[in-house]
Amino acid sequence: MDLNNVLGFPILTWSIFLPTLGAILIWLFLKNDTAVRWASLAVSVATFFLTLPLWLSFDNSTAHMQFEEFHPWIEAFHVNYRLGVDGISMPFILLTSMLTIICIVSAWDCIKTRVKEYMLAFLILETTLIGVFASLDAILFYFFWEAMLIPMYLIIGIWGGKDRVYATIKFFLYTLGGSVLMLVALLAMYFKAGQTFDIQALMAYPFDFDWQFWVWIGFFVAFAVKVPMWPVHTWLPDAHTEAPTAGSVILAGILLKMGAYGFLRFSLPICPDASQYFVPFIVVLSLIAVVYISLVAMMQTDMKRLIAYSSIAHMGFVTLGTFMFTQQALEGAIFGMISHGFVAAALFLCVGVLYDRMHTREIGAYGGVVGVMPVFAAVMMLFCMANVALPGASAFVSEVMVLAGTFSADQLYEMVISSKWVAVAAAISVVLSACYTLWMYKRVIFGDLVKAEVKAMPDMNMREFAFFVPLIVLVIWLGIYPLPVLDVMHASVANLIEQATSSKLPAANALAAAEMLQHAVAH
Amino acid sequence: MLNTTELLAIPALPLIASLIVGLFGWALKEKLSHSITTGSVMVSAALSVHVFTQVLGGASFYGNFWTWMLSDTFVVPVGMMIDQLTAVMMITVTIVSACVHIYTIGYMHGDPGYSRFFSYISGFTFSMLVLVMGNNFFTLFFGWEAVGLVSYLLIGFWFRRESANFAALKAFIVNRVGDFGFLVGVLAIWYYFGTFDYREVFAHVPALMAQGHTLHFFGWEMTAITFICLALFVGAMGKSGQVPLHVWLPDSMEGPTPISALIHAATMVTAGVFMVARCSPMFEYSETALAAVVLVGAITAWMCATIGLVQNDIKRVIAYSTCSQLGYMFVACGVSAYSVGIFHLMTHAYFKALLFLAAGSVIHAVLGEQDIRKMGQLRKYMPITYITMLIAGLALAGIPPFAGFWSKDLIIESVAAREMGWIGQFAYFAVLSGVFMTAFYTFRMFFLTFHNSDRVPAKTKSHLHESPKVITVPLILLAIGALGAGAWGVLGLDIANPEIAEGFFGNSLFVMDQHNPLLILAEEGHHGWYQFLGSAPFWLAVGGIGLAFAMYCKETDMPGKFANAAKPVHTFLLNKWYWDELYERTLMRPAQCLGNMLWQKGDLAMIDKGFIHGGIVGSVLAGMERVRSSQTGFVYHYAFAMVIGVFGALTYLVLKG
Repeated sequence: MDLNNVLGFPILTWSIFLPTLGAILIWLFLKNDTAVRWASLAVSVATFFLTLPLWLSFDNSTAHMQFEEFHPWIEAFHVNYRLGVDGISMPFILLTSMLTIICIVSAWDCIKTRVKEYMLAFLILETTLIGVFASLDAILFYFFWEAMLIPMYLIIGIWGGKDRVYATIKFFLYTLGGSVLMLVALLAMYFKAGQTFDIQALMAYPFDFDWQFWVWIGFFVAFAVKVPMWPVHTWLPDAHTEAPTAGSVILAGILLKMGAYGFLRFSLPICPDASQYFVPFIVVLSLIAVVYISLVAMMQTDMKRLIAYSSIAHMGFVTLGTFMFTQQALEGAIFGMISHGFVAAALFLCVGVLYDRMHTREIGAYGGVVGVMPVFAAVMMLFCMANVALPGASAFVSEVMVLAGTFSADQLYEMVISSKWVAVAAAISVVLSACYTLWMYKRVIFGDLVKAEVKAMPDMNMREFAFFVPLIVLVIWLGIYPLPVLDVMHASVANLIEQATSSKLPAANALAAAEMLQHAVAH
Repeated sequence: MLNTTELLAIPALPLIASLIVGLFGWALKEKLSHSITTGSVMVSAALSVHVFTQVLGGASFYGNFWTWMLSDTFVVPVGMMIDQLTAVMMITVTIVSACVHIYTIGYMHGDPGYSRFFSYISGFTFSMLVLVMGNNFFTLFFGWEAVGLVSYLLIGFWFRRESANFAALKAFIVNRVGDFGFLVGVLAIWYYFGTFDYREVFAHVPALMAQGHTLHFFGWEMTAITFICLALFVGAMGKSGQVPLHVWLPDSMEGPTPISALIHAATMVTAGVFMVARCSPMFEYSETALAAVVLVGAITAWMCATIGLVQNDIKRVIAYSTCSQLGYMFVACGVSAYSVGIFHLMTHAYFKALLFLAAGSVIHAVLGEQDIRKMGQLRKYMPITYITMLIAGLALAGIPPFAGFWSKDLIIESVAAREMGWIGQFAYFAVLSGVFMTAFYTFRMFFLTFHNSDRVPAKTKSHLHESPKVITVPLILLAIGALGAGAWGVLGLDIANPEIAEGFFGNSLFVMDQHNPLLILAEEGHHGWYQFLGSAPFWLAVGGIGLAFAMYCKETDMPGKFANAAKPVHTFLLNKWYWDELYERTLMRPAQCLGNMLWQKGDLAMIDKGFIHGGIVGSVLAGMERVRSSQTGFVYHYAFAMVIGVFGALTYLVLKG
């Protein structure tokens, strides 16, 4: 269905470029910081309302791309400007446009230097992020994927903490290293599949197993760094710790999801046989993320670093669900990304609220905060419980769905060990997440009020409370009534599973691959 | 069919009250806060009683209201199932809750967290009702986790106290260990049954058994039903404070006393027993799981009773008693006498809540002191508390005609009737010796508090007085329950009456005829309740009380001599069998060490130092550092280089291809 005609204008293009357009206008015409803040807020709110029809007039019944746009771009290389969304990518666009508003509001008073540049960086970042999720051409995707690095680099590098240089370079190198391999993989496919960068054409092209194998690895490195998966995760705690609050929000809320989205958009449908082949590998890395990273998170003394590690652990659930090829696990993984976008964002905002008062992220510097900031304590309790995935919070829905999908995955295909035990191992997160989250909460919020600096902290002001309200509403709403979001995914996820479980190999090759698989199993 | 609106109102009223008082408590006066919450819970209680009478008349309800989660075959509805089992739980929960609400008005008066407290306990009532009224495992789990959350918040209610915060965290984490098991069980249920709905799951158990699914767990083969039941039971152990997950329950006494009565004695901690009884159609098909339930219950019943013998904190004595009595309930369920287990749950709810509230009344009078060594002769000052606590104590000890006698006696008889090998024999020994110890520790605490010598510090003495009516009235109400609930249950409701095969619970509980201890009792002939003079438990209870009387009222130097004579045993019991120390050394510290090691050695030393700083990346980083020092716009260079690179590579490939 081509809804361009229904709506009368190219909604995706507008959603992508409105923030940049706004940024250019602000750059050209506005000088006063206050005006810049309000104008940026106006642009981000306008973008949000522009993306809203994507959801409201979305057709849940089909897995086809919707709101499609097509223009030839670099014809010599068959690069096209092709946009479109399905039930997998659409929720991320809304998540981006919503979190950008919160980022801009949260930076209102805290950013005092180079306000204009800061706001511009966020608006341009929004363009690139929406672009990533809306692209249906691999080069266009790659363009936005790489372009995203520049504003993010600036946000951490200019407005970050005292070790920001180390953090930015680390962030940059990791992602750069990954992206290079992705580019190689894209080019390899381009020539193999008859010179096309069209993602849907690539999905349909029958790559043989060797191609799939190497292309999958190329993608894997790029996406695993972004997710991030153990052992390429160490850039994230540093980047989070040094980033300004809004930078952490967007980093945890959207950037991490790009990696997992890449798996869904590229690895699974384009390399289904390789994806199947690598399942045990992904399972091991995901379980390491859940157990190892949770234990590391528990021992952190810096709040932001703790939440960063917690994000990695939660993303372990996402990667696990992604590679289980069951409806529940995949939907749980996607839902988990959205839910984590709210919960992690909110927790970083909570730390931001504390940081703005005390200028330290050390857990030990606090204690007894509830005595002076009861409203804040209640809000943070809510999000901590959401992080622990208590029922009633959105994270519970995703956790349970991933576990259910994993538990039942061996009905579909053989694994080295029964996927039941994989689910049981992953469920240990139920205990570990409570340990690290609530232990931190106890040390920061509870206790006697003895520190003079803490005693002087005022409770949240209206602006701070305001950006928590939508997050509270969303976390609880999606926790008790997740159907509106799940309904959007059903058709697209079913289609993705169909793609990911049907071999692209001719019968003979399929047999060989099956033997290889058994070979791998035997070892 | 029951009225849907009425049923929905029962949990909805406390929820709405809790939200109003929770969100706007800062603006409400104390009186308004407690009126809203107490009022709504009282209406809930009245409606529950109404529903109960209808259920007695044969009415029931079953239905779904909306879909919570849905993905392909994974369907999680939210619905209700009202039958006899639910109805008993509903009246127990709401009546005890209403009493505790009234009591709290007096107990928490003037506390800065007054409305917060009321919001929590009303929220708790809502959660507990969801837990018992749900018609599928996920609705149960929602309530299960929600009561855990409220319990956490209430244990840490006085958040300035380090010990309270620690106890809250401990309670939550230990409960999560149980929840882990519960969640695994629920996943397995979905895997094997394809649904979470009680009715459908229970209906398909025989078919699943017939298919002979087995699981291998580290070389141990078990049937799917055994796996499910054991996993669910791990959840029950966490919530109901069974060994080895009992360690949180005594520490939960850090919370205000009304919630010790409501949550940590009468209702929440019994959720595990309720769940096992609810799942009786599954447990009945697994001998292994039933044996595990009996074993864990018996160990807990016995071990916690021994610890209770020597504790000096009035609330901790009662807390260990709660663990022990929960063990009794599990033993009953394990020997397939589910109805007896639930019956004991009900009577226990009344007399144990009363015991806690009376203890709270005492603590209130002695200005927060909880050490029974610093009390004594209090009967002179607080007669109503004295008498109500005596009733509760006699009920707990199992003296006829008080409530505990009826249910406990039936448990012991059921254990004796059911043949279960060495586990059955051990359980019989445990529950029988437990009766003696229960009577002893209860009356040790009672005599030290109300009799013995007057050891109240002079400062406190002037303050000693009977508690106000708002506290004593709930005590009297609960005393009626502690007096009459047992006789009413056996004689009035035919709960767990061996002489009536069907009994009160009808088909809400499922027992296979060949293991039904009540049927065995009916066949082999058992003694009527009036023949208690000929039963061992009665004399053991009397003996326990007598010994306590001798040691703490007559020969008051005896306890000291005993303690000295058996010093190692006394120390061992006083330190609660060293469970906390064991966990500290084997779990907490190793986990922290491991976490630190993975962080310092894994992330920082190996990945960061070894891989990043050492390898190629390190040299690039060093290069970057130089670039940075020249302060040119490095990013723009990068961006430029990237674009050039992309197109350069493309050009090269095109030319080559």
